[in-house]
Amino acid sequence: MNVYRPGPAALVITTALMIFLLAPLIAIVPISLTPFEYLAMPRGELSLRHYRTLVEDPAWGASILLSLRVAVVSSIVATAFATAFGLGVWYLQPRFAGLLVGFVLLPMVVPPVVSAVTLYFLVTWISRIFEPFGYDTWIGVALCHVVMVTPFAVVIILVALSQVDRRMEMAARGLGASLWRTTVSVVLPNIRFGIASAAFLSFVLSWEEIAVTLFVTSVEAITLPRRVWMGLRDNVDPAVAAISVVLTVLTVAVILARMMARGAARGVREEATAEDAAPTGEVVPNVPLRRRLGLRGAWSRKETL
Amino acid sequence: MIWTRRGGGYLALVAPLPIFLALAYGLPFLGVAGWSLTLPEPGLAQYARVFTDPIVQGVLVRTLRICAVVTIATTVAAYALAYVWVRGSPRQRTFVEFCILVPFWISTLTRAFGWLVLLYNRGLVNSWLQALGAIDAPLTMVRNEFGVIVGMTHFLIPFAVFPIASAMRHVDERVLLASRGMGASRLRTFWSVFLPMTMPGIFGAGLIVFVFSLGFFITPAILGGGRSVMAAEFVYVQLFQTANWGLAAAISVVLVAIVAVLVALLFRLTRVEKLVG
Repeated sequence: MNVYRPGPAALVITTALMIFLLAPLIAIVPISLTPFEYLAMPRGELSLRHYRTLVEDPAWGASILLSLRVAVVSSIVATAFATAFGLGVWYLQPRFAGLLVGFVLLPMVVPPVVSAVTLYFLVTWISRIFEPFGYDTWIGVALCHVVMVTPFAVVIILVALSQVDRRMEMAARGLGASLWRTTVSVVLPNIRFGIASAAFLSFVLSWEEIAVTLFVTSVEAITLPRRVWMGLRDNVDPAVAAISVVLTVLTVAVILARMMARGAARGVREEATAEDAAPTGEVVPNVPLRRRLGLRGAWSRKETL
Repeated sequence: MIWTRRGGGYLALVAPLPIFLALAYGLPFLGVAGWSLTLPEPGLAQYARVFTDPIVQGVLVRTLRICAVVTIATTVAAYALAYVWVRGSPRQRTFVEFCILVPFWISTLTRAFGWLVLLYNRGLVNSWLQALGAIDAPLTMVRNEFGVIVGMTHFLIPFAVFPIASAMRHVDERVLLASRGMGASRLRTFWSVFLPMTMPGIFGAGLIVFVFSLGFFITPAILGGGRSVMAAEFVYVQLFQTANWGLAAAISVVLVAIVAVLVALLFRLTRVEKLVG
């Protein structure tokens, strides 16, 4: 298949766009090596002082630990919520499933700034009742992140479930397994890659969440993105460049590893493309929402690993 | 069905998430809507401000204008990328995929910062242009609308590539070969066959990008530098600097209303897309 190849014009335009996509990520590398205290290109000598700042300044370390804690907790809670909900919808197939799924996906569709105002309302209200869980606390941040990332986890879980053969569940039930037993021994093992993807995506989304975090924290719970934001808003601190480079290198390494692992399994993948394009079941009402995230792609990629 | 789907077990699975979101998201949103009607005093005064106050109007018009430009730029760029991603050789596809996925997984902040480094007055682009002698004085490319548009387009391209690529995968290659076989040039084949067949993907991607860009906060705040304020940043300022909670809430409600209309449109389009596909 695929004999109809793009012509030279398309390739030239695409190359320019690829440079456009990567340029800002490459540009931060030399800046992070600057010997100056301000944002300037290094002239002649290079310095690792801004990387040293990341290690030596306890503020950066504290922010990294805080972000890790928030991301791990929100990822676990979001994945648990999403898995339970997905299973419930898949088993029951209620008539109002579309409405129900639409409702839980709301935080993904509503403009981030509106979600931020809404969650600001929530945490300030919690603050009045029980301060340690409210505004500017790590639990408050984690709570808001759970609201924001759970819809993404739900999409992945529903896509994973839509690929499971219902007859397996019926067979298990017919053979006398309880709901609990069916879920644990039959359905969950079949969607384990989906669950892993959901947990991973929730972790990443929470780890880099900034729009909502800005509204619900101030001086105590400073997550890593919030510290970067502070470094960007006032005098641009080159340490921001250093941490950005570290995170970018990590991301690129993970993506390359995944692409290479998939390259090894490319034969299988090509076979799977046709079925990939087939409609994936009736439970997920809005195809574009997951298409726009490339989630279907991300998920099937996981599956071939 | 042999057994009935009743009992606490199923409900215990389905119910927690909607209940949680109703409490942690639905109710607070109603609270925000309440603010818009009661702060500083009960009435529709804040909504009147949204629709008449020249400052708010200016922000809204600027937001819509930037979003429109960003939507067009993003969709066109994403179309070219998706084309090579779907129809290219395996090697080309790998390169394109890498260039789409890397920015997709990197945080908004890092990407906005990268553009700041490239575009500010003593940034890379200005230094190179000056070294080449193309310009005498540095061009102002950040802290204005240009920077915001570049940064937002960069952020949104991956989101637009996925729906367009999905529409392109549905195009039967034999149709293209038939068009060529009947004597149409490559350009004609693209223009009269391929492009019309992928229109639903283009509209879907455009709507998604527009909806996403409406509530954008981080990129405009960093690359606009407080000069070309968009709706989201305006809300932030109203909430935390001017302490005008009622106005912030009213703008939030209006934004939700706009997005609701656009999403309804998207759903109608999806059905069309299903018919076509």
